[in-house]
Amino acid sequence: MPDLLIELFSEEIPARMQRKAADDLRKMVTDGLVEAGLTYGGAAAFATPRRLTLAIDGLLAEAPRTVEERKGPRVDAPEKALEGFLRGVGLTRDDLEVRDDKKGQVYFAKIVQEGRPAAGIIAEVLDSTIRNFPWPKSMRWGTGSLKWVRPLHAILTILSDEAGAVIVPFEVDGITAGDTTFGHRFMAPAQFAVTDFEDYEAKLKRAHVVLRSDERAEQIWNDAEQIAFAQGLELVEDKALLAEVSGLVEWPVVLMGEIGADFLELPPEVLQTSMREHQKFFSVRNPKTARIEKYVTVANRETADNGATILAGNSKVLAARLSDAKFFWENDLRVAKDGMEAWVDKLGNVTFHNKLGTQKERIDRIAALAREIAPKVGADPDLAEKAARIAKADLSSEMVYEFPELQGVMGKYYAKASGLPDAVADVAELHYAPLGPSDDVPSEPLSVAVALADKIDTLTGFWAIDEKPTGSKDPFALRRAALGVIRIVLENDIRMSAADGDLLAFIHDRLKVYLRDQGVRHDVIDASIAMPGSDDLTLLVKRTRALQDFLDTEDGENLLQGFKRANNILAAEEKKDGIEYSLDPDPKFAEEASEKALFAALDKAQPDISKAVSDEDFAKAMGVMASLRAPIDAFFEAVQVNTKNDVVRRNRLCLLNRIRTVMNSVAAFSALDG
Amino acid sequence: MTGSETSKPKSFQEIILRLQNYWSSRGCAILQPYDMEVGAGTFHPATTLRALGSNHWAAAYVQPSRRPTDGRYGENPNRLQHYYQYQVLIKPSPPDLQDLYLGSLQAIGIDAEIHDIRFVEDDWESPTLGAWGLGWEVWCDGMEVSQFTYFQQVGGHDCKPVSGELTYGLERLAIYILGVDHVMDMPFNDPQSPIPLSYGDVFKQTEQEYSRWNFDVADTDTLLQHFKDAEAECQRILDAPSEDPKTGKRIIMAHPAYDQCIKASHVFNLLDARGVISVTERQAYIGRVRALAKLCADAFVQTEAGGQAA
Repeated sequence: MPDLLIELFSEEIPARMQRKAADDLRKMVTDGLVEAGLTYGGAAAFATPRRLTLAIDGLLAEAPRTVEERKGPRVDAPEKALEGFLRGVGLTRDDLEVRDDKKGQVYFAKIVQEGRPAAGIIAEVLDSTIRNFPWPKSMRWGTGSLKWVRPLHAILTILSDEAGAVIVPFEVDGITAGDTTFGHRFMAPAQFAVTDFEDYEAKLKRAHVVLRSDERAEQIWNDAEQIAFAQGLELVEDKALLAEVSGLVEWPVVLMGEIGADFLELPPEVLQTSMREHQKFFSVRNPKTARIEKYVTVANRETADNGATILAGNSKVLAARLSDAKFFWENDLRVAKDGMEAWVDKLGNVTFHNKLGTQKERIDRIAALAREIAPKVGADPDLAEKAARIAKADLSSEMVYEFPELQGVMGKYYAKASGLPDAVADVAELHYAPLGPSDDVPSEPLSVAVALADKIDTLTGFWAIDEKPTGSKDPFALRRAALGVIRIVLENDIRMSAADGDLLAFIHDRLKVYLRDQGVRHDVIDASIAMPGSDDLTLLVKRTRALQDFLDTEDGENLLQGFKRANNILAAEEKKDGIEYSLDPDPKFAEEASEKALFAALDKAQPDISKAVSDEDFAKAMGVMASLRAPIDAFFEAVQVNTKNDVVRRNRLCLLNRIRTVMNSVAAFSALDG
Repeated sequence: MTGSETSKPKSFQEIILRLQNYWSSRGCAILQPYDMEVGAGTFHPATTLRALGSNHWAAAYVQPSRRPTDGRYGENPNRLQHYYQYQVLIKPSPPDLQDLYLGSLQAIGIDAEIHDIRFVEDDWESPTLGAWGLGWEVWCDGMEVSQFTYFQQVGGHDCKPVSGELTYGLERLAIYILGVDHVMDMPFNDPQSPIPLSYGDVFKQTEQEYSRWNFDVADTDTLLQHFKDAEAECQRILDAPSEDPKTGKRIIMAHPAYDQCIKASHVFNLLDARGVISVTERQAYIGRVRALAKLCADAFVQTEAGGQAA
């Protein structure tokens, strides 16, 4: 069985698109081949800045002949039905066979697909793959109408087996497939022919192209670590940058350069951000001082001067960039030292959202709210308000204007420079947390107060102007804000009302998602949400967890069944009689021993449950409830609720109601799935 | 490549002259700068309008460009409110455009054998021109030396065929090639000339004068009126019937109208530098300029140069 090799050779493909493009190529081509009856052994796809490559091994040399039988309309069906059927199967009436069926005489069609050699199928599949390729953005070039991510120059398509390689005849928009490709743009630009994948990869390497992106990434990382280690330094990990850089080179060459002495005093975050964002440099740190002292850049070629010219150029560009950063830093420090209020005032000219006012108005709201929240989280109200006022001041700074991702971090440095205590300064950085589901949650009371105030203000604000998330659209990241509130409240054990009304329902929804990821059942959360005080998320979750634990026990599972039984009987009888059995049952009408025992058990348990619930000790409440399992089971075992004696019957129904009421005082058992 | 071409240029003007020679030898018409204030070489009608329609085109030119907000009184090492762009536009984009471009770097002394040249994704969009394209910024040893774009749309019209556009930021490129640290220190002519002139000798004073005028002195009421006038005149020109009553010929005045669009765009940039345009108004102004650019593009494609049969 032959192997298939495809290479689509183009001008430089954006690094961020390469991985998905390789996956898409593999999926689209293999799906198309299998659909046409060409199965294969294995398939692997690769991407470099200039090529997408697909290697398929063990492909069938031809698609087998297939015969498919399809049942059509009855012979006496209207003409229209027959016409439609003929169109569908692509046959004429003479090709059909008439057979007896249960319902009478029916037409049958036999669709024969003759075997086809692989080459024709490959050409069709490749044509449709290229024309329908899901690039995030694609373009036309020259006079052509074909769309690709950048101009497509050459296509290699060969089938190879023991006998050798043959080109799969194929042409798209004037590009004819061949068995050749090109090496590195500068180091080995010549065209060369290949015979199979192994030959292709080996010849590419000789032509200074490393085909596999993970191999390029590994090589970059190892070389960079080594070069840093040799000087007693360490590389700062940055996986996203590594992935990007390995998509920018076909022949990675790692070079380490100096950061000018003038710039070493800049905050490490500034150095790292400027180098990563502008230059795609890795940072190199001195492990003894934790300071960033050098950089690593990845060139796309070897040079006769071992990269000296390249490094000199890069260092010069870096110096220009860092002069800018230093200029911003020094200007900002001058402002910060006079207090940060000037920056906050400037935010009075910056619109946050046209219906929610300026950033300054937003800060005023957050400050007031932080003051209100402070006592509930153990923070000093004056300090919380102060911290909230300066937490976003750095949005006016030159550095954050240049590097928006440094918001908060710069605020912390500037607040410290302005003489504020560390705990207040830290709020500038920490109040944005948590940014992602795995990001740390602030625990310092001041940061907690401001982080909550910030997120709650965002939520209530956008709720008030009816800009709620819909479907996949959440432009103001309100789901993230709600999850932030949930995590801050829960992880710090905070007791406060998170929201009310529709917004509370939204937060409850996010809470369900959050708890479901931790294995808590949906209906168990509902059973707690239905209880009073569900705006207090800490209380809500405490109840939920106790209930979940309880239901995981045998007693809990059984008691739930008892509750359901009681509830079902009650519901049915109440509906039938048109009344509610909500009076206190009287033990004097109890006839059976098990009935009396149940009264006694309820009398004993009820005060303990009430106390535990009011102490918010739900585990204890559940534990006491467990003692009701046996008497309830025994009651249903021995007692017929719907007895002929109406007084006894009513009393029993009221007893069932008492069970229901007692249990519902702990959690809404009626919301639980059987 | 001849020896003299690969040697290092000695001055700013030599870099420009070599680019002129190079693109001339590759068949481009060497045009002169457009005689109006523009923000970038793209605004020259030789790019904006000629990228439209089916006629083939190949032009290269220097375009003095003005970005009032970038004024730094001549102090910043590479930021200027008035600077030069070198612009190449070829329609349809030839298949070897990348190689042609790399040849131009070689011509101005950037040897790909010892430098690291990279094509880094950068999609180009001009909200004021209603234009976009895909391409790269070209990096040389980590520095952006050019913008390389395949035009997909201009003035709301699909580009068919597609033009390839190259834009070189001449000062930045020259600072790098000539190895100076500050733009004002860069030799403008040959330093061995009887009267050697630096970039600063030519432009330091004007940078100061324009920075002051742009930021603090330009009369905003006058500018606002200029904007409205240009907008109205653009409309009026395009509203004129296409048949000229005097000559009896069909004369659609796409270029005079487009001049008014350029004017409006530059006046907007000046107003922006004066700080009188708020964030929300900004979008509205950009939208107004774009509307003019679209009208001009609509008009141009009705003309002979725009591909309409005469």
